[in-house]
Amino acid sequence: MYKIVKKEQISERVVALTIEAPLIARSSRPGNFIIFRVGEMGERIPVTCANTWPDEGLIEVIIQAAGVSTWKITHLNVGDEITDIVGPLGKPTEIKKYGTVVCIGGGVGIAELFPSIKGMKEAGNKVIAILGARTKDLIFMDDMIGEVADETIIMTDDGTMGQKGVVTLGLEQVIEREPVDLVICVGPAIMMKFVALTTEKHKIPTLASLNSIMVDGTGMCGACRVTVGGETKFVCVDGPEFDAHQVDFDELMMRLRAFKSIEEQKNREANLDFSRR
Amino acid sequence: MNVDYELVKEWRKAAWRADLRNQLKTKERMAIPRAVMPTQEGKTRAHNNEEVALGISRETAMVEAKRCIDCAKPTCMEGCPVAINIPTFIKNIERGDFKEAIDVIHETSSLPGVCGRVCPQERQCEARCIHTKSGDPAVAIGFLERFVADWEREQITAGKIPATQICADKKGIKVAVVGSGPAGLACASDLAKMGYTVTVFEALHELGGVLRYGIPEFRLPNEIVDFEIDKMKKMGIDFHTNVIVGKTLSYEDLVEQGFKAIFVGSGAGLPRFMGIPGENFIGIMSSNEYLTRVNLMHANTPGADTPIYHSKRVAVIGGGNTAMDAVRTALRLGAEHAMIVYRRSEEEMPARREEIEHAKEEGVDFMNLYNPIEYLADESGHVTTMRLQHMRLGEPDEGGRRRPVPIEGDIIEVEVDEVIVSIGVQPNPIIPTHFEGLQISNHGTIEVDEEKHQSRLSDVFAGGDIVRGGATVILAMGDGRTAAAGMNTYLMDL
Repeated sequence: MYKIVKKEQISERVVALTIEAPLIARSSRPGNFIIFRVGEMGERIPVTCANTWPDEGLIEVIIQAAGVSTWKITHLNVGDEITDIVGPLGKPTEIKKYGTVVCIGGGVGIAELFPSIKGMKEAGNKVIAILGARTKDLIFMDDMIGEVADETIIMTDDGTMGQKGVVTLGLEQVIEREPVDLVICVGPAIMMKFVALTTEKHKIPTLASLNSIMVDGTGMCGACRVTVGGETKFVCVDGPEFDAHQVDFDELMMRLRAFKSIEEQKNREANLDFSRR
Repeated sequence: MNVDYELVKEWRKAAWRADLRNQLKTKERMAIPRAVMPTQEGKTRAHNNEEVALGISRETAMVEAKRCIDCAKPTCMEGCPVAINIPTFIKNIERGDFKEAIDVIHETSSLPGVCGRVCPQERQCEARCIHTKSGDPAVAIGFLERFVADWEREQITAGKIPATQICADKKGIKVAVVGSGPAGLACASDLAKMGYTVTVFEALHELGGVLRYGIPEFRLPNEIVDFEIDKMKKMGIDFHTNVIVGKTLSYEDLVEQGFKAIFVGSGAGLPRFMGIPGENFIGIMSSNEYLTRVNLMHANTPGADTPIYHSKRVAVIGGGNTAMDAVRTALRLGAEHAMIVYRRSEEEMPARREEIEHAKEEGVDFMNLYNPIEYLADESGHVTTMRLQHMRLGEPDEGGRRRPVPIEGDIIEVEVDEVIVSIGVQPNPIIPTHFEGLQISNHGTIEVDEEKHQSRLSDVFAGGDIVRGGATVILAMGDGRTAAAGMNTYLMDL
């Protein structure tokens, strides 16, 4: 069991949880992820750590309620225990000096990007962070990211914070102004697809951290398979980061809808309404 | 497995054994018909998750035990990968001493309740039974093993006999076991009996490996796996779930924590796909994913959060035990039409005979000599159709099985709404890629010496599917036991 020691409500549906998980806090690297399970009938859900404190044995996750399992974990409180957490899973990001690195986060992807932003900065890169969300309330960790990154660009669909528009608009501005050596993106598949299309035009190497459906997360089942460069890969062991220009994003988006009707039915049964995005 | 016939001779000399032998003539013993395993009726059980085979009664077991003629050279033991002292346990059943019978099995096997249910006896112990030489059905060794294991479990559960496992005095030496599948459990229990302080690390949230996530409830009830693991906990074995050795804890971490030797039984979990067009459509998944969702995540139970499809037309690609488990699970999830698609003929199917028969009785359709070449889907990406290539059998391959050859132009389309791919597994790459200094084969397996199951890293031993690729529960257990003995030799020589 893994105890929650701190909880912060970021917006109506987004919470930050600090959890006791000493072995994971010690071994987790940027790019890795974990899988949690709440309750004996709970499902296994992947999420990326936003932060780790090895000395205190703590990890932080930022989770948006979007279905039954994420609703359950966002409604746990300080002192409650999470039934299972396993990790670190996946291959870590290759942190080294590239030059100028643009890190793009969308929605909760912002939090998941934080370890890479920190790692890339510590490795001596110039780091430009681009944070995107639908509205102001869904932008978070911007102060922490602002302290680490050389520059932070905020984009909101409704213009309530930073510039009005999508992340690719911010990205285009950076590309026009200076050379970029690497782009890393984490967020909804559709966002990553458009980041990839943008950087492909400019031949900028781009990594996307894919968010496919997973069960075990250790390479045992292939639920998370994606097509990369024409080959089938397992996101949990071969990824989660891949060369974004090689990823079949349309297939990924199709596969993410695999259980949509069952999930909607489960939400209705639990009286949860996630129709408003 | 090698058999110590001198020891067998000693056992056989016992006065009670000689008396038993004199009670019936060999001819009379040979004339007794083989016991029949009672099962739930096919059509009924296809819709429930209860165990299919119901076990034999005490009376049936004692009659079946009489069929064993107590050979001077019991070749059945050679057919058992852990060389259970088969005649001695069977003769104890014949004389009604079930406690002694199970104790004899425990000397060499840690999971009799499991093996009595899932071993392919027709290719192991029973294949070498003397009866088969005259064309008669073998003594039902598997049924008898299961009978005494179940007897013991009932006695212990009812508090009539204590669950004792004799452990040697603690040596104060820590050893680690990676993976809680059959190989790891067998290794851990042997090491605990020898007096080592054993910690088992498991990556999933439940213990048992394939016994938990793979083999379904209707073939191996979870309560049997739980019972065996509880016994091991009582022996003082420490179990840690949610720990992935190689990731959560490195090899160096284990050494630093004082583990003097490590057994790796991390299995062959990585599923193979065929790489044909459309294989990534929705509704196509590996048998590992399908069975894990049901067996480990309880997706078939109301109130479980993990989703699963309850499809009407389900095809399972493959002919092994896992394919049979998947197709029979599909029936239990409500499939009206469940199909096995296998590229060879039924004769070449690697699944246990019993499982093939059970699947047929339950109404599974067998499409032999067909091989999928492409899948088609609707506009949402959900599979609707499989295109199957008709095959014929050609010349035998290196393994001696006749090779399937496509019949040019003979392609059919079959409607499906779910496809389960069950064409085999590869070794899990986590330990091979994270432990530096291991020798890894081209197939991704860890190379070990045959005698001790020791790897190139002298304190790392390995066994089961991580060494063999996809094999059987009993072979994994045999490896676990060999490795435990090998570790003991290594540690005593340090």
